[in-house]
Amino acid sequence: MKMKPLDLSRFNAIIVPAIAGALGLLVGAVMLLVLGANPLDAYAAMVQGAFGSPNAFADTLVKASPLLFVGIGTCIAFRCNVINIGGEGQIVIGALLATAVGLTFQEAPSWLLVPGGLLAGFIGGAVWGGIAGVLKTRFRVNEVLSTIMLNSIAGYIMTFFLNGPIMDPTTLDNAIRIPQTQRLPVASDLWRWIPTRFHGGFVLGLGLAVLVYILLWRTTMGYRIRAVGFNPRASRYAGISVSRYQLLAFVLSGALAGLGGAVELMGVTHRLFSDGSASGFTGSAGFNGIIAALFGGLHPIGTIPASILFGALLVGANQLQRTIQVPSAFVITLDGLIVVFVVASQIWSKRTRRVTEEPARPVGVTALQKTEAAK
Amino acid sequence: MNIQHVQLRNITKRFPGVLANDRVNFDVRAGEIHALLGENGAGKTTLMKILYGLYQADEGEILINDAPVRIKSPSDAMRQGIGMVHQHFQLVPPFTVTENIALGLRSAREPMLDLDAVGKRLRELASRYGLHVDPHALVWQLAVGQQQRVEILKALYRDAALLILDEPTAVLTPQEVKELFVTLRRLTETGHALIFISHKLHEVMQISDRVTVLRDGRVVGTVATKHTNTKELARMMVGRDVVTSWDKPPVKTDDQILRIEKLSALDDKGLPAVKNLSLDVRAGEIVGIAGVSGNGQRELAETLVGLRRAESGVVSVAGRDLTNHDPADIIAAGVAFIPEERMTMGVIRDFTVQENLILETHAQPPLARKALFDFDKIAAHASQLVREYDVRTPTLDTPVKSLSGGNIQKLILARELSRAPRLLIAAQPTRGVDIGATEYIHKRLIEQRAQGTAILLISEDLDEVLALADRIAVMYEGEIVGVVPPNTPVDQLGLMMAGAKRVSS
Ligand SMILES: Nc1ncnc2c1ncn2[C@@H]1O[C@H](COP(=O)(O)OP(=O)(O)O)[C@@H](O)[C@H]1O
Ligand SMILES: [Mg+2]
Repeated sequence: MKMKPLDLSRFNAIIVPAIAGALGLLVGAVMLLVLGANPLDAYAAMVQGAFGSPNAFADTLVKASPLLFVGIGTCIAFRCNVINIGGEGQIVIGALLATAVGLTFQEAPSWLLVPGGLLAGFIGGAVWGGIAGVLKTRFRVNEVLSTIMLNSIAGYIMTFFLNGPIMDPTTLDNAIRIPQTQRLPVASDLWRWIPTRFHGGFVLGLGLAVLVYILLWRTTMGYRIRAVGFNPRASRYAGISVSRYQLLAFVLSGALAGLGGAVELMGVTHRLFSDGSASGFTGSAGFNGIIAALFGGLHPIGTIPASILFGALLVGANQLQRTIQVPSAFVITLDGLIVVFVVASQIWSKRTRRVTEEPARPVGVTALQKTEAAK
Repeated sequence: MNIQHVQLRNITKRFPGVLANDRVNFDVRAGEIHALLGENGAGKTTLMKILYGLYQADEGEILINDAPVRIKSPSDAMRQGIGMVHQHFQLVPPFTVTENIALGLRSAREPMLDLDAVGKRLRELASRYGLHVDPHALVWQLAVGQQQRVEILKALYRDAALLILDEPTAVLTPQEVKELFVTLRRLTETGHALIFISHKLHEVMQISDRVTVLRDGRVVGTVATKHTNTKELARMMVGRDVVTSWDKPPVKTDDQILRIEKLSALDDKGLPAVKNLSLDVRAGEIVGIAGVSGNGQRELAETLVGLRRAESGVVSVAGRDLTNHDPADIIAAGVAFIPEERMTMGVIRDFTVQENLILETHAQPPLARKALFDFDKIAAHASQLVREYDVRTPTLDTPVKSLSGGNIQKLILARELSRAPRLLIAAQPTRGVDIGATEYIHKRLIEQRAQGTAILLISEDLDEVLALADRIAVMYEGEIVGVVPPNTPVDQLGLMMAGAKRVSS
C-alpha cells in the first residue's frame, strides 16, 4: 500500500507521456516548417523563454501555479472517478470571493488579508464544485455536463459583477467601462521574490501536493475516495457511502481550483478582470490543470513536474511568438497537439497494461511453490 | 458416419505460458459414455476443442476407427461424425428451433429453404431420443434446458455419432439433469459414443461408463466407473484426499440470531423478487437456501445486508431491528457477507491484497489512528490472514485482480470471518471454485458454526447444501416452498426446487 518511489509502472507513467509530448512537438515541427520557420530555432526560443534566465524560470513557475492547484484537485476527483472538468468555473468563483474579501477589508493587515483571501477562494471553489456534486449525487446529473455549464455560469456571474457592483470606480469616473476591479490592497499581495514574478502561491501548491498525496494514500478518507473511484458497488458493500465521498471529491477538487484562482489573483493580477468569459481571467488553467494531472499519472507529486512543463510551454510559446513571428494560433495548436498525444498515450498505456496484467498463472504458481516449500 | 472408436494420442497443446494439454491419451467407443473429469483449468475444454477442430494440437494424433485423421475445423469434425455441445450455447436467439437447426445446412431445394423437411426430421429425432421441444418456438423464449436440447438436436441432425458435451449440467436444475441423463442413455443404446465433461463427481458416477481424470493438463488415470468411487475420483482430481462430509454436532441453543419476517423486495427491474418470506437462523446453525439461481436468492441476501430496500417485512439480528439500515450499520451489528458477485462486489480488483483485507475495518484501531493509517499494523493484520486462510499471493501488495478465483474467495472469507461475525451470509461461496478450495471453505464454515455463528448459506449446489446445512430451505420464485432436514431425498428437493412440490413447515 505504501507508494514505492520508483517502480516500473510509475516510471512508465512518466516515460509514456513524455514520448507522447515529444511526438506532439515533432508534429509541431512539421507545421513550423510549413509556416516557413526553422523548428530548431523555434523550439530553442521556447526553451530559452521558459528556462533561459531566473526571470524566465520564475515566469514558468508562476504560470505553473494555477495548473498545479487544479491538477492536484483533479487527482482527487479522478481517483474517485468523478470527472470534474469545472476547474474554470471554480477558479473564477474562488477568485471572485477572494476579490470580495480584498475589496471589503481594504484596511485589514496582511496577516489577516492573505489567509482570509485564500480561505475565501477555497470556499468559493468548494461551493462551486459542491453544486456539481449535489447535482450528481442527488439528481443524477452527469457531472461532465454540469461542470461545463457551471463554467459558463461562473463566467457570466463574474462579468455581471465586474460590470456593476465591483467595477473599478476610476474607470466609471472616466466613463470608459472596463470590466475589471480596482487594484486590491497591497496587503493582500502574496509574498513575492522581487525582482522576479515568483510568488508564494507556487510554494503553497507544492505543500498541498504533498498533503493531497498523504490524504489519498495514507488516510482512511483517501482510501474511501479511491475505493469509491475503483468500485462503487464494493464500496457500498463495505459500508462506505458512495455519494458522500463523491460529493467530497467534488468539494475538495473544487476548493483546490478555487484556491488556485485566489492565488492567481493575489499573486499575479491583483485585480479581477474578464473578457466576458471565464477563460479571460483563467487563461484556461482550469482545463490545462486537468491535462497536467493526467500527464502526472493522476498522482499529486507527479503533477508537480507536469505543471511546470505546461507552464514552460505557455511561457515558451509567448517567447516563440515574439521572436519567430508565428501566428498566435500556432501556439494554441501546439498546446492542443500535445494534449491530444498525451491523452491518447494514456488510453494506450491503460489498454496495454490491462493486457499484460491479466495472466495470473505464473503468480499463482510461484506462490504455490513458496507455500509448498514452507511446509 | 460409423464411429466405433475414437482415439486421441499424446495430445499436447500449449498456450502462452500454459501447458493446457500434456501428452494426453483419451479414447471413446460407440455405446459408452466416457466422462472427462477435472478441476477448472485442467484442460478439458482444450482437449475437446482439439477433437472438434477448433484448436490444432501442437503434437499428437487423432484416430477414428484406428485410422489417423486430420480435423482442421468444426466442419471437418462434423463430416467425421463428431458433434459438440459447448458450455456456452451457439444458438441464434431470434430464430425458431427449426431455423437454428437448418442454419448452415444445405437445403434440398437450394436456394430456397426447406424448413418443412427439416421440421419433419427434427420431430422424428426428438421423439426417438426424448428431446421434446416445439420446432416453431423462438429460441430466446426457451428455458435453458430446452435450449440445450436444441443444441443436442443440432448435432444429431448432422449425424453426429460422437457427441461431446462440455459441462452440460452446469446450467440445469436437478430435474433437467435427470431428463438429460435419460436422453444420454438412449443415445448410447442407439450406438452413439458420448464424452461427458464435468467437475461434479456424483454426476460422473451416475452417468458414465469410464472416467478419465485430468489434472494440470495431464491424465491422472482412466478408470471404469463401477470400480471407483467419489472419494477416489476426488483424490485423483486434487492429488490428495478430499473431505466431502462433515461432522456436525447438533445445534445446542435456541438463540435466534437472524429473524426474517414477511420480507418482500424487488429486483433490479422493479418486479417482486422476494415475496413475503420468513425464516430464522439460530446461533451455531447453518441454514441452507437451496434453489435454482434467479429465484430471488441474490435479492434476499442484498436486502438482508442493506444493499437493497425491503418493501415490507422485518429483518432483525440478535433481536435488533435492522430493516433498511445502512450497510455500515449492519456490518457494525456483526453481519458478514460473502457476496455472490465476488469480483464486482466482494473485492476491489485494483486494490492490493492488503487493501482489500481491510475493506470494512480500515477505520478501526489499530489499523488506523485518527484517520491516519498505521501501515505496519495493516501489513501484520494482512499477512496473518493470508497465512491463516492460505491465500496464495506473491506479496501483500499484489493487486487482487491477478489472483485466481479460489484465492480471491479465500481472501473474502478471511476478511469476513476475521470480523468474528454473529451472522454470516454466504452466497454461492464455492461457485466456480476448485475442489481443494471448496473443501477449505467448507471446513471454515463448519468451524465458524462450531464457534456459534449463525450461517445462512445460499447455494445452487445441492451437494454443498446437503453436506453443510442443518436445515434446508428451498427457494422458488421468491418464496420458501419448504424447510426440510438435510436427510431429505434429492428427488424431493429437486421437485421443490422446480416449484412442483411444497412442504409446509
Ligand atoms: N485460448 C486460450 N488462450 C490461452 N490460454 C488458454 C486458452 N484456452 C484455455 N487456456 C488455458 O488452458 C488451461 C486449460 O483450460 P481449459 O481447457 O479451458 O480447462 P477446463 O475446461 O478443464 O476448465 C487453462 O489454464 C486456461 O487458462
Ligand atoms: Mg471448460
